Amino acid sequence: MAGVQVSNVSRSFGAHKALDDVSIDFADGGFYALLGPSGSGKTTLLRQIAGFDFPDSGRISIGGESVERVPVEKRRIGMVFQNYALFPNMSVSDNVAFGLSVRGEPKAVIASEVQRALDLVQLGTLGGRRPHQLSGGQRQRVALARAIVTTPRVLLLDEPLGALDKALRVDMQIELKRIQREIGITTIFVTHDQEEALTMSDRIGILRDGKLVQEGPPEEIYDRPKSEFAATFLGDANILRGNATGTGIRLPDGTGIAASAGVTLVAGMKASCAVRPERIRIATNAGVPDRAHANILTGRVSKRIFAGNNSTYFVDRDGQTIKVIVQNTGIEKLAEGQQVVLRWSSESTVLIDAS
Amino acid sequence: MATTRILEWLGRVYILMLLAFLYLPIIIMALMSFNVSPFYQLPFEWTTEWYASLWQNNQLIAATRNSVEIAVITTIICTALGTAASLGLYRYDFRGKKFLQALLFPPIAIPWLITGTAMLIFFFGVGIGRGLHAILLGHVALALPYVIVVVSARLQTFAPELEEAARSLGANQWQVTNRVTLPWIMPGVIAGGLFAFAVSFDQFVVSYFLSTPGQTTLPVEIYAAIRKGFTPEINAVSTIIIVVSMALMLLTARFFKFGGEK
Repeated sequence: MAGVQVSNVSRSFGAHKALDDVSIDFADGGFYALLGPSGSGKTTLLRQIAGFDFPDSGRISIGGESVERVPVEKRRIGMVFQNYALFPNMSVSDNVAFGLSVRGEPKAVIASEVQRALDLVQLGTLGGRRPHQLSGGQRQRVALARAIVTTPRVLLLDEPLGALDKALRVDMQIELKRIQREIGITTIFVTHDQEEALTMSDRIGILRDGKLVQEGPPEEIYDRPKSEFAATFLGDANILRGNATGTGIRLPDGTGIAASAGVTLVAGMKASCAVRPERIRIATNAGVPDRAHANILTGRVSKRIFAGNNSTYFVDRDGQTIKVIVQNTGIEKLAEGQQVVLRWSSESTVLIDAS
Repeated sequence: MATTRILEWLGRVYILMLLAFLYLPIIIMALMSFNVSPFYQLPFEWTTEWYASLWQNNQLIAATRNSVEIAVITTIICTALGTAASLGLYRYDFRGKKFLQALLFPPIAIPWLITGTAMLIFFFGVGIGRGLHAILLGHVALALPYVIVVVSARLQTFAPELEEAARSLGANQWQVTNRVTLPWIMPGVIAGGLFAFAVSFDQFVVSYFLSTPGQTTLPVEIYAAIRKGFTPEINAVSTIIIVVSMALMLLTARFFKFGGEK
């Protein structure tokens, strides 16, 4: 078990900069998600940590030991591949035993360790099956058992749940989290699914165009995104653009938007405010002004999408559409075309440097 | 309805005729190897006389031994070299790789008569000369492209993540190849080996050009024997070869499930 430090790692393929000066500290025992759209460099970063590919510059260390030039087979890592990569010519037990067997462990040790790993992933009785006789979820578990049976220093997962259907994926998320807690292994997993990143990880690193955009605990990134990209990629966000007024912005029509304290920008520079759709209150009149909902905008409902427990309203205002998500209580009914007032607190508003 | 029936009937006739053209000569030859008359005369009288006299024909036996030996050695060399070459072409990218792969096909397409003539001239020029060693060299050169093409085709179905998975589990290059890659491509390796054996064992033209009068292979010896005057011994030796090669084919097909492999 060990932490992983990535320091100033760059990697280019021809003219394409897949990783551009990326530094992340993965603490021992943590569960990290590397999140980004395709082509953001998240898989390239994972492959550098695994040792399938070496960085052009920068350092990678596992447990304090420099490994940036150590090939994968000597790094003592465990990896789960996107399509599991189970050996088709071997039984489930032999797949799991592979890592111990190439290391030359005694047969008795291998047999008991394999059984322990299969029990951990709740496949204790399927050791004799072949991979093609298993379901997707079962293959996923075998791949996980195979990766952890060798007691690696770090567990790497490359979009591990991507090939599973929605319901199974949620089950596996919980299962994966349980196993990770049980063995306390440092885990880094790559995903493009923001929900998966939010629900599973202790920390998230958002990548874009080979650069680390923001890194931190899920709540922090969700509540305090540092860029429009981070705000819109992790979760849904309304972006209002204008000029900075210190701790807020002024929209082109003159309306002031107050943002939470913490970020201050020089007045006059280009800035934007991000606000989550579920933080906005929607009503037909302004009501009594209160300090908790300092920001007020008016608009017209252009569309309503009903989704069972909640509804999404699209409110048009001054050429911009603002998205509002409201829990369905059965009381409020706002029709399309209706004039509405939107209100939300300055605490729910994040000021972003857009210069 | 009536037309379908006629078409069905025509189809059956067609298949029967096809099978007859393919197998009738072979069956007749096999039967005649057990007939007393050396001139294909009927009525059929059972004898094993030709098989007995075959046993006495030292020249034919020596040629058979040469053929088997050369074919086996060719198969071993080509399977090993061809599999290694296929793995190299699969795993690594290097300058001139496409050109090298394109160069594999002309030897398969060029008529053996031309290859044989070229080899004869070349082998004389560089001092290799003629003889069994020259035949072996020629057979290896002829059979190698077949093995590479067949094994490479099988490798196309191999998932590269499997090698990566094996490496991530601590396996070195040797263990990766032996335990993961080779088991997957084995049907291709066996098929390639069979091809190599067939190319060598059936080889007449190149063997004919490169053999010396005393030392030759079975096809060349059979040809020489027929020119001298046909004997039912040829039927006998051919029958043995057919039985052995068919048994080999059926065995490999059974063990390696060609086509049906998942």
